[in-house]
Amino acid sequence: MIIKGGTVYDPTNGIFGEEMDISIENGKVVEKAKTGDVIDAKGLLVMPGGVDAHAHIAGAKVNTGRIMRPEDGRRGLEPKTKLLRPSTGYTVPNCYAMGYRYARLGYTTTFEAATPIIESRHTHEELEEIPIIDKGALTLFGNNWEVLECARDGDIDKLAAYISWGLRASRGYGVKVVNPGGGEAWGFGGNVTGLDDPVPDFDVTPREIIRSLMKANEMLRLPHSVHLHTNNLGKPGNYATTLETLKAVEDIASSMDRQVLHITHMQFSAYGGTGWRDFESKAPEIADYFNKHDQFTMDMGQLIFGSATTMTADAPLEYANARLLHAKWSNHDIELEESSGVVPLSYGRKMPINAIQWAIGLELALLTESPWKILMTTDHPNGGPFVNYPEVMTLLMSKPKRDEEIATLHSLVPKRSTLATLDRELDWGEIAIMTRAAPAKILGLKDKGHLGIGADADVTIYNLNPEKIDPSKDYKKVKEAFSLAKYNVKGGEVVVKDGEIVSLPQGRTYWVDATVPEEHALRVEADLVDKFTKYYSIQKSNYMVQDAYVTNPMVVKAGVI
Amino acid sequence: MIIEDVLCPFCGCLCDDIKVEVEENQIVGVKRACRLGSSKIRGHERIKAPMIRVDGKLVETTYEDAYEKAARILLNAKRPLLYGWCSTVCEAQKKGVLLAEELGAIIDSTATVCHGPSIIGIEEKGLAGSTLGQIKNRADLIVFWGSNPGEAHPRHAQRYSSNSQGKYTPEGRKGRKVIVVDVRKTRTAKNADKFIQIRPGTDYEIISALRMIVAGKGDTLPEHIAGVSKADLEEVAEMMKSARFGSFLFGLGLTHTRGRYKNIDNALSLVAALNSHTKFVVMAMRGHYNVTGFGQVCAWETGFPMSVDFSRGMPYFNPGETAACDVLGRRETDAMLVIAGDPASNFPKTVVEGMADIPVIQIDPFENPTTYLSDVVIPSAVAGVEVEGTAYRMDGLSLRMKKLVDSEYPSDEEILANILECVRRLRDDN
Repeated sequence: MIIKGGTVYDPTNGIFGEEMDISIENGKVVEKAKTGDVIDAKGLLVMPGGVDAHAHIAGAKVNTGRIMRPEDGRRGLEPKTKLLRPSTGYTVPNCYAMGYRYARLGYTTTFEAATPIIESRHTHEELEEIPIIDKGALTLFGNNWEVLECARDGDIDKLAAYISWGLRASRGYGVKVVNPGGGEAWGFGGNVTGLDDPVPDFDVTPREIIRSLMKANEMLRLPHSVHLHTNNLGKPGNYATTLETLKAVEDIASSMDRQVLHITHMQFSAYGGTGWRDFESKAPEIADYFNKHDQFTMDMGQLIFGSATTMTADAPLEYANARLLHAKWSNHDIELEESSGVVPLSYGRKMPINAIQWAIGLELALLTESPWKILMTTDHPNGGPFVNYPEVMTLLMSKPKRDEEIATLHSLVPKRSTLATLDRELDWGEIAIMTRAAPAKILGLKDKGHLGIGADADVTIYNLNPEKIDPSKDYKKVKEAFSLAKYNVKGGEVVVKDGEIVSLPQGRTYWVDATVPEEHALRVEADLVDKFTKYYSIQKSNYMVQDAYVTNPMVVKAGVI
Repeated sequence: MIIEDVLCPFCGCLCDDIKVEVEENQIVGVKRACRLGSSKIRGHERIKAPMIRVDGKLVETTYEDAYEKAARILLNAKRPLLYGWCSTVCEAQKKGVLLAEELGAIIDSTATVCHGPSIIGIEEKGLAGSTLGQIKNRADLIVFWGSNPGEAHPRHAQRYSSNSQGKYTPEGRKGRKVIVVDVRKTRTAKNADKFIQIRPGTDYEIISALRMIVAGKGDTLPEHIAGVSKADLEEVAEMMKSARFGSFLFGLGLTHTRGRYKNIDNALSLVAALNSHTKFVVMAMRGHYNVTGFGQVCAWETGFPMSVDFSRGMPYFNPGETAACDVLGRRETDAMLVIAGDPASNFPKTVVEGMADIPVIQIDPFENPTTYLSDVVIPSAVAGVEVEGTAYRMDGLSLRMKKLVDSEYPSDEEILANILECVRRLRDDN
């Protein structure tokens, strides 16, 4: 296949708006294809397939969202067709809709943001049902008893061995940490208040947990860094905790050519104020810190007005949300490993807090100088559903669009955030970085997010001419074009043509197989036998995700050298 | 040969520590399982061959013939219903959803006459739950409300709840308080520290009174609430508030009495409120080993956990209108496929009478009352004994069932795939 004459944005390879051909063979980008179809992309925007490094798309909490929200299932209905299964849902779509909607947006890869090891079988059951896109799942380690004990004892070798085992057991891709220590405290209804508040019964602090996991992560040379949801997330004044966390790990070096820590959905961790009354943005402080430090990355966690389903392993936060909003509340505590919660809510334009939150996400993206340091996400479906990515792209590309929006919001927005004063408008290249090149780099996916020779042939063609269109003025057209790809080519196969799904390949599932020295693996094994005998409610032999649940695996090797 | 850590395909406990002894492809010994589980694993008399009804009698036929008859019945129906699903693995359930889509059918599970109202309660309020291991390790108070695991889930107490031991519960039963609320003194009640006997159908009032006491508004309550003394309820409320980790485990006694989903809504609200005082979780004591799994599969495939109507080409969910008993009761259903369930034993009488008037296809390893009103009977291998696959425990934890012996029978999934293929072929022929 040859994609001919498109205006290509491939930031990884230094290509920004050059007219060129992309040749594809056997699912890969090649120098020159011998045969195959020709797609005429003359005058059209061509980018690598979109990569979403953080979304909640599969597993127990997503399904809990579906089950407790039949009202959401009634939105976004699309009937079955000869090719497609029916779609349902807006914030918590069914599995098929997940795949179809990502593909139509021009995305080809999405990583599920949080799976507890013991419930990973469920996560993979859903991932297997999501068509088209490649995927992976980040495994939760921040409240796991074995992790807490290793961190308390400062035994990084053993911790690394446990992570290696946990990734294999969950067929997981990376180390996700959510409100470290808080999830364990929630087992008895408590929480931790900050980096140095010890976890009840474990004599270890969040600071020690984060540092230990990062050291073990780098010891294992995992493709992705630790992926952190900070302590105190969602609370006024939490930017101080966020900055304190970053400062606490400045001395840890990355083992790979990537960040050493990714802080996720930063919007929820960039709040000032002493309470909801004087709630304000601290995005400038956060962005300033990131501008001065190159070893850290983040994603936006942009808020979208309207319905959302918040779902997170930060269970105490969800209880607080539910009580504050008198909303439905689901909670799910997971033996020895995690806790989690799900709360539906609606973000309102005239609600001062929501309007300021909306501004904070955009401020972060506009104030952070390098687009390689901040990914575009909505923390689907916490900030809002991923189908709104085109809305976020146009907000970033158009000052007039932002002004128009701000005019409809609560009047506190200009007082409590700097957004209205920001003139920056991102260009096509910067958008390509935030949605393609950077998420692939941050996840450590070498064959994704770019179009160099040997890359996966994931290519999106949008129905707009970047030379002719001014996204600042014509943001409606830009949003329309980003919403329905003209073509989406996944692994060399056309999956979307003129906004319609035309084929349904089964995507691959990435997971990391990391080796560790046998002596440490044996020490972990002994601990596990003890924990399964005394504490787990299932047998060790039934715990690990079996191969039957990952039918199209993409195994990435890592480990201690 | 001894097979270790076998999962039990009987109740929602989904015990995974069973030892099964197999000799020459026969199960000769089952250890650790309760009597209910052991009897299921050992098996009993099977339906020998596929059968179709000819002149009022079931006569044996081939699988191919049975598949085609089944497909024709479903294709000729205007409002087919695919029902059951609780005692088979998720792989078969997925195939069932696909078949329902293809047919524009209604698909519903046994939850409809079981914990269906609990799910509607969850839709109203959400569910503050946990895995069973969390209760094992932490709970110092267990409330069994309208549930009788002593008889329905025999190993629940020992493995997961009142008598189990864990990190913060090293003393097991001694370190715990157990409250039982029921309409009679059940076997479970005999193990209780506090037993509250209530009048049938008064759960809603009692829970409301507890909520008022927990909220500090007990003053306005009368001395007796639905026959229970206020002092008793104050004691219960105090036990709940002062527990370090409480768990509220409810059964059909709460779900299927007057008030139904509103009882659950009320119980979930009580638990949510208790979390402002201490830690409290709530769980439905699900019956069949994979009825939870159907809800999960159906939710991720269609967006809804049960009672899904595909007649519009996309899922429509409205229990009260689209549940199995609703469509059968209104005599809308004109053909029914029953798999891994026994509606003839469990549905209301008038609904079963409706079933008798329409063609019924049964897929099951064992004969049961539904067989007597079936027109096509397709015997299957026993999931979890002869077929491996996924099941979800009552707390939503998924586990992989093992295959212990070979079977001459096809699996549920295979049977459904064959019927689906026939449906597609016959439709294309037309």
